[in-house]
Amino acid sequence: MQKKENQEVENRPDNTAFTQQRLPAWQPILSAGIVIPLFVLVGLAFIGIGVALFVTSRNLHVLEVWKNNLLWLNMALYVFFSPQGPVFFYYGLTNYFQNQRAYGVSKDYNQLSGDLDYFTFFFSIVPDSTCKPYRYDVNNKPIVPCGSLANSMFNDTFNLYQMKNGVKEEVPLDGKGISWWTDYNIKYRNPSVNPLRNAFNGTVKPLYWSKPAYELDPTDTANNGFINQDFLVWMRRSALPNFRKLYRRITDGLPAGNYSLEISYNYPVIAFDGKKKVAFSNVSWMGGKNEFLGIAYLVIGSLCLVMSVVMLIIYAKFKFPEED
Amino acid sequence: MGWKVKANDRAYHQLPEFQKKVFLCIKKSRYSGNAIKTYKYNALTFIPLNLYEQFKRVANVYFLALLILQIIPDITTLPWYTTLIPLVVVLGITAIKDLVDDLARHRMDKEINNRKTEVLLDGRSEHTQWRDVQVGDVVRLKKNDFIPADILMLSSSNPNSLCYVETAELDGETNLKFKMGLRVTDERLQGVHELADFDGLIECEEPNNRLDKFIGTMLWNRERYPLDLDNMLLRGCKIRNTDVCHGLVIFAGADTKIMKNGGKTRFKRTKIDELMNYMVYTIFALLVLVAAGLAIGHTFWYDQIGAKAWYLFDGKGYSASHRGFLSFWGYIIVLNTMVPISLYVSVEVIRLGQSKFINWDLQMYYADKDTPAKARTTTLNEQLGQIEYIFSDKTGTLTQNIMQFKKCTIAGRSYVVKQMEKADLSARVFQPVDWSWNRYADKMFQFMDHSLVATVRSGKDKDAMEFFKLLSLCHTVMVDEDMVYQAASPDEGALVTAARNFGYVFLNRTQDTITIQEGDKENSYEMLALLDFNSDRKRMSIILRFPDGRIRLYCKGADTVIYERLSAESKHTKSTQTALDIFANETLRTLCLCYKDISAGEYEAWERRHKEAQVVLADRDAALDRVYEDIEKNLMLIGATAIEDKLQDGVPETIAKLAKADIKIWVLTGDKKETAENIGYSCSLLTDDMQIHYGEDVKSVPLVHIQSAPPLHLVTYFFTYSGSYALQVNLNHLTHGPCVDFVDMACECEAVICCRVTPKQKANVVSLVKKYKKAVTLSIGDGANDVNMIKTADIGVGISGQEGMQAVMSSDYAFAQFRYLERLLLVHGRWSYIRMCKFLRFFFFKNFAFTLVHFWFSFFSGYSSQVNWFITLYNLCYSSLPVLLVGLLDQDVNDKLSLRFPKLYLPGQQGSLFNYKNFFISLFHGIFVSLIIFFIPYGAFLQTMGQDGEAPSDYQSFAVVTASSLIFIVNLQISLDTSYWTFVNCFAVLGSIAIYFGIMFDIHSAGIHVIFPAYFTFTGAASNALRQPYLWLTIVLTVGISLLPVICIQFLSKTIWPSVGDQVRSRRESTHIRRGHRRLSFSPRSSGQNERKTPVANGSHRQSDGTRTSS
Repeated sequence: MQKKENQEVENRPDNTAFTQQRLPAWQPILSAGIVIPLFVLVGLAFIGIGVALFVTSRNLHVLEVWKNNLLWLNMALYVFFSPQGPVFFYYGLTNYFQNQRAYGVSKDYNQLSGDLDYFTFFFSIVPDSTCKPYRYDVNNKPIVPCGSLANSMFNDTFNLYQMKNGVKEEVPLDGKGISWWTDYNIKYRNPSVNPLRNAFNGTVKPLYWSKPAYELDPTDTANNGFINQDFLVWMRRSALPNFRKLYRRITDGLPAGNYSLEISYNYPVIAFDGKKKVAFSNVSWMGGKNEFLGIAYLVIGSLCLVMSVVMLIIYAKFKFPEED
Repeated sequence: MGWKVKANDRAYHQLPEFQKKVFLCIKKSRYSGNAIKTYKYNALTFIPLNLYEQFKRVANVYFLALLILQIIPDITTLPWYTTLIPLVVVLGITAIKDLVDDLARHRMDKEINNRKTEVLLDGRSEHTQWRDVQVGDVVRLKKNDFIPADILMLSSSNPNSLCYVETAELDGETNLKFKMGLRVTDERLQGVHELADFDGLIECEEPNNRLDKFIGTMLWNRERYPLDLDNMLLRGCKIRNTDVCHGLVIFAGADTKIMKNGGKTRFKRTKIDELMNYMVYTIFALLVLVAAGLAIGHTFWYDQIGAKAWYLFDGKGYSASHRGFLSFWGYIIVLNTMVPISLYVSVEVIRLGQSKFINWDLQMYYADKDTPAKARTTTLNEQLGQIEYIFSDKTGTLTQNIMQFKKCTIAGRSYVVKQMEKADLSARVFQPVDWSWNRYADKMFQFMDHSLVATVRSGKDKDAMEFFKLLSLCHTVMVDEDMVYQAASPDEGALVTAARNFGYVFLNRTQDTITIQEGDKENSYEMLALLDFNSDRKRMSIILRFPDGRIRLYCKGADTVIYERLSAESKHTKSTQTALDIFANETLRTLCLCYKDISAGEYEAWERRHKEAQVVLADRDAALDRVYEDIEKNLMLIGATAIEDKLQDGVPETIAKLAKADIKIWVLTGDKKETAENIGYSCSLLTDDMQIHYGEDVKSVPLVHIQSAPPLHLVTYFFTYSGSYALQVNLNHLTHGPCVDFVDMACECEAVICCRVTPKQKANVVSLVKKYKKAVTLSIGDGANDVNMIKTADIGVGISGQEGMQAVMSSDYAFAQFRYLERLLLVHGRWSYIRMCKFLRFFFFKNFAFTLVHFWFSFFSGYSSQVNWFITLYNLCYSSLPVLLVGLLDQDVNDKLSLRFPKLYLPGQQGSLFNYKNFFISLFHGIFVSLIIFFIPYGAFLQTMGQDGEAPSDYQSFAVVTASSLIFIVNLQISLDTSYWTFVNCFAVLGSIAIYFGIMFDIHSAGIHVIFPAYFTFTGAASNALRQPYLWLTIVLTVGISLLPVICIQFLSKTIWPSVGDQVRSRRESTHIRRGHRRLSFSPRSSGQNERKTPVANGSHRQSDGTRTSS
């Protein structure tokens, strides 16, 4: 290489750091000086996070009520929440597989984004074939909204009353903004037709629905059709077969006391061995009550500390005799 | 039925009796035409054949099957184009590469087949293309023509029916050889008409690949004449120094010996390739099992739950088991990421990159010839890190193949002919020793001892004159009209050239005279007898009648044999012996020169006995030896010469280094035993503490015996001595077949030198070792005679040297100097191996971790396969770049340390960095990580809600959390595994994570959903999920649990069982530890092998008896 350095040679490879594999590099090794302090630090940090999560979770309250199978139900509740902050009202289902693939994809996003082209029967192309078998009715009229997911929308309703000196006083339930902002504003749109029902001419409502989509909330156009909050919450399918979905927000909180819950029972769950429940919960920065993460952090943090000691002992045992 | 050829009768060879069945009832003459075909495809067959070849790769079949599955609507879970596009790209690139290669072969074939030659047809000579030459044709060859087929020589324009040929393409030897026609044909077949009327019938052996044997008879005019190899002109040779010669084509085209010798071009694969294939099978089996398990799960789930879940009604009415069956195939598709097509593409990319690095390496660039190293095959790089045996050619590979007359001792006085230094070229010192007084002087001959020239020129020192006269007379060198010497051995050439420079110029040789120029006079000496060299005699003599009538015998030979035969009156024996010892210690090849005056009477008596011995039928060689013995005695010593076959630069160091890396080196050479052994010493392949065994012990035992009953004494012999062994074998007994005992025995030895081997035997030795030792072999050579061995070995290396390009053309790697082998193996090979292993381990891990999350989720989703964009992008963008870079750039230790500590090479030979153990570790690591990735979020998500009260346990948020965790884990894990952090790696890791988030936020953005509402449905998921600290904490915990145990285990294993590499690295870190290699030498596995002493690189060697000889 030293030879003919100045001479132009045709086939001579380039002398660059890259071609000669001499790129400047940092070659770290896992030495004791790095690994053991790392474990101590990580252990301490994890324990800190764990404690914070655990304490926060402890201060949260959840009230869960399982429903039995009566159709109309008046349920007496004793709520012991402190009155501060909003309380969230959930309904839940068990053994319900919203995460089934065929079920989950059974909808037509174009239709749900308000595209009228997808409201018609068009050479068996629209609505999307994934909507089968809830695509057309027997007369080949398209179902809007089509698909299994929409078809099986949860349709129980709840009313909550506070028992104040033996008088039932309805607790105001806020149904606004319980779905994702993006769902409400972007993903789901109503067709821009006024009145909304005209858009649905020539279509039929989903088989299991008692009323068509444009009548989901006739009182509020901002909560009707595809942007009905309950519809949106339902359409955001859950990851696991036991799930809760937000039903209403109780903005003023639930002061401790006696309550009565009225349920209009419509949704059949017995057929698939499912159960329904309602839950009330308040939330914090970490969301609702859940001790799993806090405990997991504590366990892992402690293990890190233990392992750092073990590694220190092993390191001392193997390294020092050798250096003699 | 023998091989019958009738001259000038083309129809004869089409007779039914010479037909063979080709296909069903189509018959063809068994005599091949002279056209050769090495290409594989033609325009029609290219696409089907090439596809067929490509679909021999299991992976391609697998992806094709996947593609077919994806087209079936009931099964498909991924769009069909996700598989089709990569598959087409992969097949297309390979096809184009094959096409280019094949076009080159087409061109080559065409070029050769269209070469012109002269054929005598119907009494006229016609210029014909080679492809049209047929068996039985009489051809006329001119000077410097290539010989178009295997031809029986009939006549020549030279006297004595001689014809000189150059056999370089055949056996790599550049010196001329002569062939001789039968006397009867040469006399009668000179003219065109006689040749046209020639109707001899040749019967000979069937076509075979033995270059050293030919037996046949010629029936002509009712007389039989014996034919042997000396009558044959073989295809591939070149006519030299002969104006015209005629011959009869015996074998054409594919039947010729050179074509028969051409080893089949084999598709070479690396060990890792094979291993990878088996692992892919394993993964595939695993995949089928997993998919089957999940399908069964789905069947039961449907039976128990799905069928009752009214909301899942899909109107298809399939039974549970039918659904299970469909779900099986669905899972096969979804889980195919366990063996993604990107694995093969990435592996090819890495290999290509590593090949480029080899091409780019300045330290393997030979400036003198402007030759960079070249990786001609790009698929074998990691195999370079696993070599166990190296088979090396000697001449031109280890040595420069340039013999130099270095020193001499004349009448007890030593003269030194120094190698001129470059700086001296212009120096004045050189001017006085100009050879201009001698018009024949070879300008290349470098000489520094002025006194010797003066002595010779003065004409006073009789001994000096005699010395050079002997050198100019006693040899077998040929000379052509341009005064270029053609020596059978380069040593002889060097000696004759030396004599020429000193004023004794060998001019000409006929059958019985030698003409030399002495000073100004030209003298012809009558050659009475030539007592040729053989390895038992270790000497050659010539008996000459001087112009003045005196008869003198000149003899040169090994000192041992000469000293036994010296006359008592011979002077200077002591001082010459001292000089010889000095020369020998400098690893020079020495020869003693002596003479003897013979009286006319004495000669006549001897000549009679000589004639008798020449016609003895039984044991003629022994009889001749006895006669020679009689005359070669009472010799008078003149002096001794010392020649150097210069080793290439750095050869001893390289061999010593490679030996330290536990690579066994075998030298396979066509040379004589002595020469080979000599070289063995000087390149430190053989060392003084080695016990040398000669294979003649083996040779005397017929092959059958060796096969049936191993010679016990040999085996015990080999084990009773503790120490190092070297074996020298003459391989003639190996031609008939494999011999396991030979391999076992030879592999016990540190070094093996095989002499007198033919190209085929070279290849045989290589395949023997490959077969019985299951070892990774490398062949290195420079000549056409090494082509076979280069093709046979797992890796072939060609030296682009003196002997043309055939070796290079058939090699996998080519460079200019042997010493680059060290860097190729210890640096590039090792790096490539380590990189590839790291890459594969990690790649398998990352795909297991990825795919198996799906598996766990299936238990909670009613065993339905789930799909989204992430699957497509995961291997493409999010995780591939860092690991690809590790595969390209990683260095555990740098090149200098790799070279300094050859022990670092051992893991490659043992294959300990990637095997089934590592594979299962990767598998379990993947299972572990996937469990963490699924179940930590599962626990965290099970019953909770977001900070705004919304339920975060929705499917899309869950997907975002697991995917983000996976990306973090995979990228941090590869960061942990990266030992060479360049800014590119840094960029890639951070870049991958950034790309992930970038693409995710893009895909989840409002804009893209508005444009493609049906395809991008995760709108808002990322922003919704990732603004929640709780989910971030989940990700942190997941990442922590996945990585911390790995760090812990790595640290502990490094502390408790440090590997050689770890030690080198930690020593580099802790500079205060004192220097010395003591600690490095105790790798637990190699402790036994360290006892061996490494060869001394430059030290002096004892020369064993009989090594200082030359022909």
